[in-house]
Amino acid sequence: MEVFADLASGFANALSLQYLLFAAIGVTIGTLVGVLPGIGPAMALALLLPLTYGFDPTGALIIFAGIYYGSLYGGAITSILLNTPGEAGSVATAIDGYPMAKAGRAGPALATAVMGSFAAGIISTLGLTLLAPAVANLAKSFQATDYFALMVLAFVSVTALVGTSIIRGLVSLFLGLFIGLIGLDFLTGQQRFTFGAPELLGGIDIVIVVIGLFAIGEALYGLARLQFAKVEEVKFEGRIWLNKAERRRVWKPWIRGGFLGFIFGSMPTGGSEVPTFLSYNLEKRLSKHPHEFGKGAIEGIAGPEAANNASFSGVMVPLLTLGIPTSATAAIILSAFQIYNIQPGPQLFENSPDLVWTLIASLFIGNIMLLIINLPLVKVWVRILDIPKPLLFTGILVFGTLGVYSLSGSVLEVIIVYVIGIVGFFMRLYDFPVAPAVLGSILGPMMETQFRRALAISQGDFSVFFTRPLTLVLLLLALAVLVLPTLLPRVLPRRTATDAGTTT
Amino acid sequence: MMISTRGSKKQRTYTALAAVAAGLLALTGCGGNGGGGGGGGGTAEEYPSASIEIMAPADPGGGYDQTARSIARALTEGGVIETGADVYNVPGGSGTIGLTQFVQNSGDPHQLMVIGKILVGAIQQTDSQVTLENTTPIARLTAEYDAIVVPADSEYQTLEQLMEAFKADPGSIAWGGGSVGGVDQILVAQLADAVGVEVADLNYIPYSGGGELTPAILSGDVEAAASGLAEFQDQIDAGEMRLLAVSSEKPIEGVDAPTIIDAGYDVSIANWRGLVAPPEISDEQREAVIGMIEEMAGTQQWQETLESNNWDDYLLTGDEFSEYIQSEDKTITQTLTNLGIIE
Repeated sequence: MEVFADLASGFANALSLQYLLFAAIGVTIGTLVGVLPGIGPAMALALLLPLTYGFDPTGALIIFAGIYYGSLYGGAITSILLNTPGEAGSVATAIDGYPMAKAGRAGPALATAVMGSFAAGIISTLGLTLLAPAVANLAKSFQATDYFALMVLAFVSVTALVGTSIIRGLVSLFLGLFIGLIGLDFLTGQQRFTFGAPELLGGIDIVIVVIGLFAIGEALYGLARLQFAKVEEVKFEGRIWLNKAERRRVWKPWIRGGFLGFIFGSMPTGGSEVPTFLSYNLEKRLSKHPHEFGKGAIEGIAGPEAANNASFSGVMVPLLTLGIPTSATAAIILSAFQIYNIQPGPQLFENSPDLVWTLIASLFIGNIMLLIINLPLVKVWVRILDIPKPLLFTGILVFGTLGVYSLSGSVLEVIIVYVIGIVGFFMRLYDFPVAPAVLGSILGPMMETQFRRALAISQGDFSVFFTRPLTLVLLLLALAVLVLPTLLPRVLPRRTATDAGTTT
Repeated sequence: MMISTRGSKKQRTYTALAAVAAGLLALTGCGGNGGGGGGGGGTAEEYPSASIEIMAPADPGGGYDQTARSIARALTEGGVIETGADVYNVPGGSGTIGLTQFVQNSGDPHQLMVIGKILVGAIQQTDSQVTLENTTPIARLTAEYDAIVVPADSEYQTLEQLMEAFKADPGSIAWGGGSVGGVDQILVAQLADAVGVEVADLNYIPYSGGGELTPAILSGDVEAAASGLAEFQDQIDAGEMRLLAVSSEKPIEGVDAPTIIDAGYDVSIANWRGLVAPPEISDEQREAVIGMIEEMAGTQQWQETLESNNWDDYLLTGDEFSEYIQSEDKTITQTLTNLGIIE
């Protein structure tokens, strides 16, 4: 097949001692970047974009791919060990990763994350290699009503995040929805909840929300408990490799997460947040141990981490085939292309095959490097848990503050992150789950925009949501997800669960 | 490619990461407020006596940023100045946060700021206390033009067919374009005006940039779209979109489409960008800055930049530029008022 010949030539370009070294450097920088709160892959790439002036395209792209994968994995490290995800894509990982670490199982948790990232990276890069044009066509056919329906489906699918108390979960969700409202209304330009501050016109960045609710909130909570309560020591039991039972439980989530991440990543709404939350929910639904979720279920790490990593190759699909950057990272990679005077788009594969295939080959190499370098390092990372708690929490506060200030250069944003952090502190104190707030502030604005856009296009005619087959199917699916779990036990008390899909 | 500074969540993330780069640049390049580059009081003969600091009031990667960096490069590599030139970014508030910060450099001719048509509208829209009246206009430099496109399978073959359908039933044509109050919406509003459609009846759907707009055109969500020609070029070449007209006054070389004027509607729009200096610099200093920028515009580096970015050479300096800004302010304010975006 021609694809493989092209890919082979890409590898021929990318596989040299020099480039392998670049890949190793990239993955290492990326992991460090991922560990620091606030500095995500997009930011790291933006800072390193000037590299492109000195490097050839292949070298620069290999470093970039390495940094990207490394940082996605690095985000998992802090999520699991400290409950402080640096960005929204790692939030789902923290839900079960942190309880696992508290139970002394940090080793297997980290190993699952790195191996799952690798597996999903390979799956999704294969997807990019073989399916890019087909997936791009699917993405191209999505209209505003379909996006809206997809958001509704995502919303009802992530009830797993809500936790034990529905009221608490909903309060948290609506807090997130409110945060998402702040800023200029996208469709009319009206200011909402900006209180006349020009800094708020652009809204509150999701990274600020995540750092506030998690890093700052967690550190404040941790410090307060040191002061007022007896803290149980986190003991690390020393085991790093997955045992047999764990191995059996993680491989399916890796694969499912890989597909979810790839498919959602390639939608023009892009990003890694939605697929990670969906994957978490899916694993909880499918698991034989749903009661373990939230308390340290290894599937809850395997699925979302795989989805997180896979979303990157997904994001490359619209970028390479349509010239559409759907995430911040993709936008940076687009500018890297443009620096080399290359315009991604429908003609890219014909005009610059060398570069494209080298890039794809470099994604494979980045993934392999990630595995080789980071698996042995798991032993080093778990040492973070040995840092005395007062130092550790203070360190998180310092890095979180620095991260936010470097992000915005604005003191107001630092104040905002601390206000959100204090909210996060009280949410922890009174047992409110924080993940739904993150989800609300991501999904809310997207859903609102698509809903109003769809109605504007139809001139206020609501029937568009029921007359377009794709929209209707997605909405019916959402309805099924919402009502089936409560309805099924009553309607079908004795029948098997396999009939579930046919009842709506 | 043009990335607007306001918009969706995704856009905000661009802002965020851009800011980091800005932070780094500010560290190396000495940010806007603080230093002012020691030599602020230098006399005209020895201008520039310190490094030139250019502010891009937006993220790295967008139009303002590219313009600022290209100017800095042409100034130094083109041999216009010996003292060096640095660029720093102040994103937020659709550029008005940068503007507010910039005017604090009062009297320092080594400070420059990139502005453009979008900023004129943003000042109105965000109710900014500081306006371009508070700056010293130096030069208009570049222009980019909008393209009117339809999906390749659209029934509209010409702009006239599209405008006839629009005139007959304004609401039935959903127009896609960039953020609210931006160049694209102003263009569509002026088109509506030209065919006698009430601006209030306009069905304009804003998108946060080419990344969102392109799929909306390809999926048939919008009937037609207006945005920067560069955003659509690749899709047009690939036969996915049909280019009906461009918004320039004269036909663009190498582009196979009439101007809107040639297509029969007296509308043209240029997404221009230029430079301003802080308030309260002396006339000699102003002349020296203008002289430096005119020399910069003549360098080979600058001409190459114009060509590779498909920017039109749109040079206009000094008082004429000041008058141009005033007339732009008047028309933009009028259009935004008609659109109901400002009161």
